[in-house]
Amino acid sequence: MDTNKNSILSLSQSLLSILARNWALLFVLVLILIFSFTGINFFSYKNFQNIFHLSTIYLLLASSETFVIITGGIDLSVGFVMGLSSVLSATIMRELHAANFTPALSISIGSIVGLIVCIIPGLINGVLITKYRVPPFISTLGMGGIASGITLVMCEGFPVTFLPPYLTGIGNGYLIYILPGKAISFFNRPEGIAVEELRNLIRIIPNSLMFNFIIIFILWHILKNTKFGQHTYAIGGSMDAAVRAGINTNKHLIIIYTLSSFLAGLAGVFNVFQTGIGNFTPFTAMYELIAIAAVIIGGASLMGGKGRIFGSIIGVILLRIIENGLHLSGVDPFFRFIAVGLILIVAVVIDQLFPDLL
Amino acid sequence: MEYLIEVKNLTKRFGGLVAVDNVSMGVKEGEVVGLLGDNGAGKSTLIKMISGVYKPDGGKIFFEGKEVKIDSPIKALSIAIETLYQDLALAENLNVYSNIFLGREKLRKVLKFINVLDNNYMHDESKKVLKRLEIEVPSLRNRISTLSGGQRQAVAISRSIYWNAKLLIMDEPTAALGVTEQKKVLGLIRLLRSQGIGIIVISHQLYDVFSVSDRLVILRRGEKVAERNVKETNPDEVVSLIVGAEKVAQRSD
Amino acid sequence: MADITITTRKNGLQKFFSQLGNRWAIIFLFLEIILFSIISPGFFSVKGAQVILINSPFILFLSLAETFVIISGGIDLSVGFVMGFSSVVSAKLIVAFVGLGMNDLLSIIVGIVITLCIGIIPGLVNGILVARLKVPPFIATFSMIGITHGISELLIKGSYIRNLPPIAGRIGNGSLINIVPGKTVSFFISPTIQRGDQLIEILPTVFVIPFIFILFFAFILKSTKFGQHTYAIGGNVDAAIRAGINVKTHLIKIYMLSSFFSTVAGIMYVFRYVTGKADAGAMFLLDGIIAVVIGGASLYGGIGSVWKTLIGCFIILVMENGLRMLGVPTFYKLIVIGIILIFAVLIDQLSPELIHREE
Repeated sequence: MDTNKNSILSLSQSLLSILARNWALLFVLVLILIFSFTGINFFSYKNFQNIFHLSTIYLLLASSETFVIITGGIDLSVGFVMGLSSVLSATIMRELHAANFTPALSISIGSIVGLIVCIIPGLINGVLITKYRVPPFISTLGMGGIASGITLVMCEGFPVTFLPPYLTGIGNGYLIYILPGKAISFFNRPEGIAVEELRNLIRIIPNSLMFNFIIIFILWHILKNTKFGQHTYAIGGSMDAAVRAGINTNKHLIIIYTLSSFLAGLAGVFNVFQTGIGNFTPFTAMYELIAIAAVIIGGASLMGGKGRIFGSIIGVILLRIIENGLHLSGVDPFFRFIAVGLILIVAVVIDQLFPDLL
Repeated sequence: MEYLIEVKNLTKRFGGLVAVDNVSMGVKEGEVVGLLGDNGAGKSTLIKMISGVYKPDGGKIFFEGKEVKIDSPIKALSIAIETLYQDLALAENLNVYSNIFLGREKLRKVLKFINVLDNNYMHDESKKVLKRLEIEVPSLRNRISTLSGGQRQAVAISRSIYWNAKLLIMDEPTAALGVTEQKKVLGLIRLLRSQGIGIIVISHQLYDVFSVSDRLVILRRGEKVAERNVKETNPDEVVSLIVGAEKVAQRSD
Repeated sequence: MADITITTRKNGLQKFFSQLGNRWAIIFLFLEIILFSIISPGFFSVKGAQVILINSPFILFLSLAETFVIISGGIDLSVGFVMGFSSVVSAKLIVAFVGLGMNDLLSIIVGIVITLCIGIIPGLVNGILVARLKVPPFIATFSMIGITHGISELLIKGSYIRNLPPIAGRIGNGSLINIVPGKTVSFFISPTIQRGDQLIEILPTVFVIPFIFILFFAFILKSTKFGQHTYAIGGNVDAAIRAGINVKTHLIKIYMLSSFFSTVAGIMYVFRYVTGKADAGAMFLLDGIIAVVIGGASLYGGIGSVWKTLIGCFIILVMENGLRMLGVPTFYKLIVIGIILIFAVLIDQLSPELIHREE
């Protein structure tokens, strides 16, 4: 009798715990339900693909921020590093293209250089934070300013245009194209479709989704299943304990900040593929703050030691669905700002109310 | 002689865990009581109830014969119960006298209506109390972060004394100190006792406890297992009481 | 003794930084002024100084807000958007009152008073979230960005506010003393002048107002119980609680104060640019924090002062103006300030003992 009661108690407790842990997911589902009624064309395969597609940069920035926040740090430079890599790689692509390099070569070289250069801010951040004990907030804020300045000097405050062709074909392409009853093709549209048939063309799985999926899977694996991931949590949980356990915390943190910068660079390069231009990050964009918000909604704590890639992804999706759903429901865009603020507060208050359960 | 403070059947639970279970004890004026027990025995929880950090789930507290409800640290301070935590609770970024007066700053009026900190008064008063306790600190205008561990301890003690503590609770007063500084702190405790202050000392250093205490109260797993007069016991017995080995000892007799 | 041995064992670079100590900020400011005076003609002039002061009110108010918050160990990301919010609210109110047939000056005064009351609400909410619900300041105040920004955009529907009474602009562009030689002398409000009149302006109003606040709140922070408790909470919150300080109430007051300063910044914006804009403070989002840190405060709390913040502000202002007068694109400013910011903290890290010794 007593054990029965206990098991019910523990069942309800674990249920509560699952709920608290995944409340953001629950919230996403509830929102989907609501917006399906209120939003025109909200509940459609196409729209969901669209949400993911447009979330790409946020997914990458939130993933990078997840690692940093789990260690108990913060990276305020990611938005501007993203802008730097976007403008830098686009500029190189444009110049090489203008110098009659083949599009493939221009694009490859541009992307690679963009990615390599973008690990530098992270490397410097890591060194400043570990060797010189500069608080992450300051170091990355300063680095964000520097990256932003360099970007703007490079592009003189205008987006970089006249890039090689095929860029957006890759960035906005799909894995599978089906023209019902007539043709199926991969990566590229089937040849020789008439313009009037385009509207019947079914596009499945955007390249961006695959790209995101691969990156996220790798990061999830690193965080969940590797020694590196374990150490990341250990450092965030207790720096002293990590040091005493023989973890080279300095080296680890340098890698974390470099990784963060690299992922931001990746987001920037991918952004070139998606938009076909090199975009600088406006000073008021707040990409990094949105990414951090997503990570917190996903259950991480700014005190460190807590957080999951999956949670951060849910955080991004939640924010994007609010935007998309309110937009399709015809709600004034400015309500979205308010909604995001309120949800964030709810997230953290829930986190505070059920600390043991999370 | 009547107790200065007496707690009766004090109990505290955290969820399913009973941290302090029906503990009764008392301290007289000018008496030092050593509170002993292993980690998790409930010492800290017990003193936190007396100093108002935790609310007891059961039991009563009597101070100078009257029942009192100590529901906040401020309440404890208001009836002259001062607590010295292991971490000393000093604001390292403030100077010595600011810490002694922290939360009870002396103010003076400028232009008859603006209250400002009376730094000179606080400095001079702090100097007096340090002198009374024979404590030497280079300058009272130094930040706490420039002081040594023993000096910090002394500042923390002076703070309690300045505010006329009747009962002083000290959590591990000698931990993290050098040997010379430990001696000084123990001397300070004796000095305070001679001035009629009741003191509860928590410490893992049995030698220290024996050298300053009059009486010992031993806790194990939240329960009070023994109370001994220091003169009528010895460290071996106390250790076996702490770890719960007295039954084993009896069987081997 | 131990300290001294450690110091002597330090290498040359660290020794250099130690000696620089935390006086470096003021030294740096002077070097900066000297540098620009040499390389930029016209920088070291009354006109040059006026330009710096005219541009100063927003960063001065926002950094004043951050000074209190950061010393208490928190951070307030919302100041820029509370500023925008209050610029919109005050401009709307003033225009509305004028529309009701109220006297211009009275409309402005009533509008300001009501705005100040509304403007502290975001701070109150921040404070409650931080102090009572234990939401990290970073998150609470970031959420407030979204909320205040959203509300102010809704209030003005993506546009900006027109038709403010002209006297607002005359206050915002006036000086403490305005002299038209041989004709009039006015205080705070710039006089109407005819073509060909010479106008002598001494100290822009938009600097005088923040400076009065700075004087007053420097005093509050340094010499009152409120200030002392702010330091104590930032230094060791447990110590503050055990010393009987009501930390929760104090923190709520701090965040309200922060919002209050941001609100005044928003009102200054209305005077200066004769409009209200939802994103009026977006460019200053983090400038306040940067100025406070450059001035030598610690983001871990407990260290800093209003005067240090003032120096931090002027390091940024002088840099901005100097580069502008040299014709350097504003983008370079971001790089330079980023470097100064990191440099500021590096020096503090390398010379801890000096900072501790200082009272």
